[in-house]
Amino acid sequence: MNGFPIISILTFVPLAGAILLIGLHSRQKGLARGLALGFSLLNLVLAVTLWAQFDPRSSGLQFVERHEWIKSLGAQYFVGVDGLGALMVLLTALVVPIAILASWRIDEKVPIFFSLVLFLQSGLFGTFTALNFFHWFIFWEISLVPAFFLIKFWGGTQRTAAATQFFIYTMVGSVAMLLSFLALYSVTGTFDFMELADKGRSGEIASQMIVKVTAWQIFNRDQLPLVIFAGVFLGFAVKVPLVPFHTWLPTTYAEAPTSVTMLLTGLMSKMGVYGFLRILLPIFPDQMRMVMTPLLWLAVATIVLPACAAFAQRDLKRMFAYSSINHLGYCLLGIFALAKLTQADASWNLQKSAVLNGVLLQMFNHGLTAPILFCFIAFLEQRSGGLRGVDDFGGLRKAAPVFCGLMGIAIFASLGLPGLNGFIGEFLIFKGSFPLATWATALSVLGLLVTAIFLLTMLQRVFSGPLNGKWSGLADLSWKERLIVLPALALMLIIGVYPQLLIGKINTTVIAMVENMKF
Amino acid sequence: MVELLAWLVLFLPLLSVAAITIFTRGNAARSGAISITAVVFSFICGLVLFYALPESSMGMPIQIPWLSIHDQGLGLDLHVDIGLRLDHLSLPMILIVTGVGSLIHIYSWGYMKGDPGFARYFACLSLFTFSMLGIVLADNFLMMFIFWELVGVSSYLLIGFWYERPSAADACKKAFLTNRVGDFGFLVGILLTWATLGSLNFRDLETRLNVHSVEFSAVATAVGLLIFCGAMGKSAQFPLHVWLPDAMEGPTPVSALIHAATMVAAGVYMLCRVFFLLNVDGSQALQVIAWIGGITALMAALIAVQQNDIKRILAYSTLSQLGYMVMAVGCSGPVPAMYHLTTHAFFKALLFLGAGSVIYGLHHEQNIWAMGGVRRKMPITFWTFTFGTLALCGVPPLSGFYSKDSILAQAIKDHHYGLFVLGVVVALLTTFYMFRLFYVVFKGRPRTEAAEHAHESPSVMLWPLFILAIFSIAGGLLGIESLYARHFEAAVAGTEPGFWDRLLEPFNEQLLAASFGVLAVVFGWLWARSLYRNKAVDPLPEKLGWWSQLLRNKFYIDEFYENVLIPCTQDALARVADFIDRWIIGTFAVRGTANVTDVAGRLLRMLQTGSLQMYAFLLVAGVAGVLYWVLGK
Repeated sequence: MNGFPIISILTFVPLAGAILLIGLHSRQKGLARGLALGFSLLNLVLAVTLWAQFDPRSSGLQFVERHEWIKSLGAQYFVGVDGLGALMVLLTALVVPIAILASWRIDEKVPIFFSLVLFLQSGLFGTFTALNFFHWFIFWEISLVPAFFLIKFWGGTQRTAAATQFFIYTMVGSVAMLLSFLALYSVTGTFDFMELADKGRSGEIASQMIVKVTAWQIFNRDQLPLVIFAGVFLGFAVKVPLVPFHTWLPTTYAEAPTSVTMLLTGLMSKMGVYGFLRILLPIFPDQMRMVMTPLLWLAVATIVLPACAAFAQRDLKRMFAYSSINHLGYCLLGIFALAKLTQADASWNLQKSAVLNGVLLQMFNHGLTAPILFCFIAFLEQRSGGLRGVDDFGGLRKAAPVFCGLMGIAIFASLGLPGLNGFIGEFLIFKGSFPLATWATALSVLGLLVTAIFLLTMLQRVFSGPLNGKWSGLADLSWKERLIVLPALALMLIIGVYPQLLIGKINTTVIAMVENMKF
Repeated sequence: MVELLAWLVLFLPLLSVAAITIFTRGNAARSGAISITAVVFSFICGLVLFYALPESSMGMPIQIPWLSIHDQGLGLDLHVDIGLRLDHLSLPMILIVTGVGSLIHIYSWGYMKGDPGFARYFACLSLFTFSMLGIVLADNFLMMFIFWELVGVSSYLLIGFWYERPSAADACKKAFLTNRVGDFGFLVGILLTWATLGSLNFRDLETRLNVHSVEFSAVATAVGLLIFCGAMGKSAQFPLHVWLPDAMEGPTPVSALIHAATMVAAGVYMLCRVFFLLNVDGSQALQVIAWIGGITALMAALIAVQQNDIKRILAYSTLSQLGYMVMAVGCSGPVPAMYHLTTHAFFKALLFLGAGSVIYGLHHEQNIWAMGGVRRKMPITFWTFTFGTLALCGVPPLSGFYSKDSILAQAIKDHHYGLFVLGVVVALLTTFYMFRLFYVVFKGRPRTEAAEHAHESPSVMLWPLFILAIFSIAGGLLGIESLYARHFEAAVAGTEPGFWDRLLEPFNEQLLAASFGVLAVVFGWLWARSLYRNKAVDPLPEKLGWWSQLLRNKFYIDEFYENVLIPCTQDALARVADFIDRWIIGTFAVRGTANVTDVAGRLLRMLQTGSLQMYAFLLVAGVAGVLYWVLGK
């Protein structure tokens, strides 16, 4: 794509859509829905074009655009994607239209709702493509605003509390991160992720910090890098989330309107993982390694504890919220295992490539499966008048066999059944992490078991057994609803059967990242 | 050509699944026909491969790349293939799966007639066949694990086929989860093998094992036991055996195919496939495997003595026979294990289908004490069932005699005398409970209305019984053992043994084992005959007292799991995790932080009183403080 600024267009098309929608009168509901869907589908076309044009053999950044912005601050408009960015852009473009379709029945302030959704999408595209901290941070924060309003105005009964909790939590993380980056800027004089990563690898940041330590006199030379690291780490750890920074999540996911939960779990949680991969690992390799062991155990806790907690939940959305934490825990396990000190031995590089491929696949797969599960809950809520307790139903399979069958596929994908998408990412993470962090990985495999326990229990309570008389008239999935979920389910199957489809595109990026991680 | 046939064997059933779910869901007859055609053609392809495959192309790799992470410059190469392995282990197994499978598919046509889920049933059955063939043909651990899980799912779907019954919904969940417990160990074992030996492909593993034998011997016991965990789940070995009896909630043909003949044998098959990993110097795994197998065999046989549901008796019998097979593997005898697996597939499928025929004839009555005198009403079922019983008990010269004898002989050969005695006791018990079933169900007088009006099943259900009966009778004389021996042992020069040699082989080879085997059958039969001929109630509970109670309640293992183990682990863990989440992190940490902020805010507010005097005072106090600090130094 010679000179065609596809990333900028991708970022600003939803923004234009958002602005257009705000201008609509609140009675123009149909038009608002149609426009939102149209814009999101346009984005999907653009993103698929980008994915198709992406050259899988090149390890560098592609579709780069770079313009000076605020020279005195070192702020540039600098965007581009590698395999990781392209994958996330594709995921974002895929999930948003599904979420828009799932929120078709929303009836209050329709234009504003969809405007916020598009606004959020723009923020996400920006986050996944920006390569200069200044620019990136703006989008990172911008995406928070629509999410906050979406929860606050369209959420459940405790929406205000949930929105506030969500906002404060992520804000604290963001502030910590901002401070860290300001410190980093004053040390290095650049906001550019690529430059920072180079300096992090070469040890230049560390040596420059020593100079600053003597000038600032607050921390000693060992503490300062760790403090800066901790600030950035907190920002991402809250976003993913890593136990124990996760308590905002169940309430937020449960109270947000279900279609917004789809965006939160599918996309916004990936912002955190993306940050770990793009920023934390390349820029702070030494610090990562110092705290690797406690982090690995936190990752194990993130996998096992939420899975156990999910079993105790009675609300389907809370249950899947915990399940979502569990699934991202596998990504974190892989990322922390990557920090292990290995020399440039090819066999270790192999394990690391496996882990990193696994992490990327897991991000995509969870980003696909989790929203679909919430989408099914949205369908269920529409039928039950908002009820969504595990024990509120029973025997629904009789009344709605297609519903049960399709949701069953998504559930089995989520519990990591081979042949569907969830398995391969988790397996590659396990494969690579096992030699890098044996015990932590072995314990994490337990997560697969616990996940199966609560998902199958849920499946049984809701769908099997004698039909609860109250729901004998429950409608099965309509054709429109089937059309919403079927493409995603088909994609799950395709990725599960032929994962090379994704691996082939991201492999070069992954190997380049591993190669750069020689520490 | 060979490759094409091999792929066809595997993928025909999958095509049937796709065709049924996409096109013929609504049409029962067409769906059934598609599924049956697929499995029969798969069987024919298997037969062609079995007879036409030249010795030279045995074990040649048939692979398509599935997953690869590689970089030439860095020398990275991680690849996993979907590969098929045709050899003397997998080819006979293909024939069992598709052959017995075909018969059961056909039988199902009659048994499931009129069920509203007919199409779904056949789709699931085809899915199962596909997954099972995948396990059999897999040439690497990952592919085996993938199909291993798929078998778990198809079993889940079939056990829970009548999902409206809460018991079926419970049973299918229990089956899947118990298997997942085993798979946890299996997966860790696979990862450990991969990390140690650097490959997943069975052939590579075998060659690498010779090179890296020192590194491997350090983890050999762990690898063996972890992999055995997988087999414990699938082949329902103690203590993970609890799911199999409950799995009888599924339709009876499913019990015959999946929970007797094939799927539960997958664990044994897998152990034989990776036997070279278990049979390593310094590994203690085989000892454990042998004893777990033995314990399972004995425990299940004891429980079967006091069960009253015809399918449950057969289920415990299956457990017991699987225990035999696992014991054989543990006694370094994969050949006897595979041999018994094969003959067991014939006669146990036969017994289950016979039981299904009885249940069908008696309008879904399963309690043996509500039957009686079925012999006269259902003669064909009776005769085929009788041969199945004789084969299972190990009456010479039926198939079961030979395979069971080879296991007992193996125990002696491997100096496991304790297990040999245990094996003989199990043989005695087997004969006893089978003849108990035989006398109570088929002999005597009809004890209920249903038994009085029993009717013979349609011929579509009887033909499969005939064919299976023939194989149950003659299975010991077909040279199955030497077939498997060719895989595990270096080719022995010499002529094929003649008919008479085969017939008398057990007595020539290991007279002790053969004679004890025969004695066990005779005593078991006499014992059962004296107790159960022409009886209307079970006399045993009176004689055994609380022992009978213990056996009837399966040693209270299920109760222990449900009331002690699960509440103490899973539920407790869930509650603790929830508690940590809600209270410790939620309240103390988060609210705590919020409260500190709040208090700090209140305190700071006191400073902003708006009173000028106060500000002036603070200013002066501050200046005084600074001066003190500066000057004081």
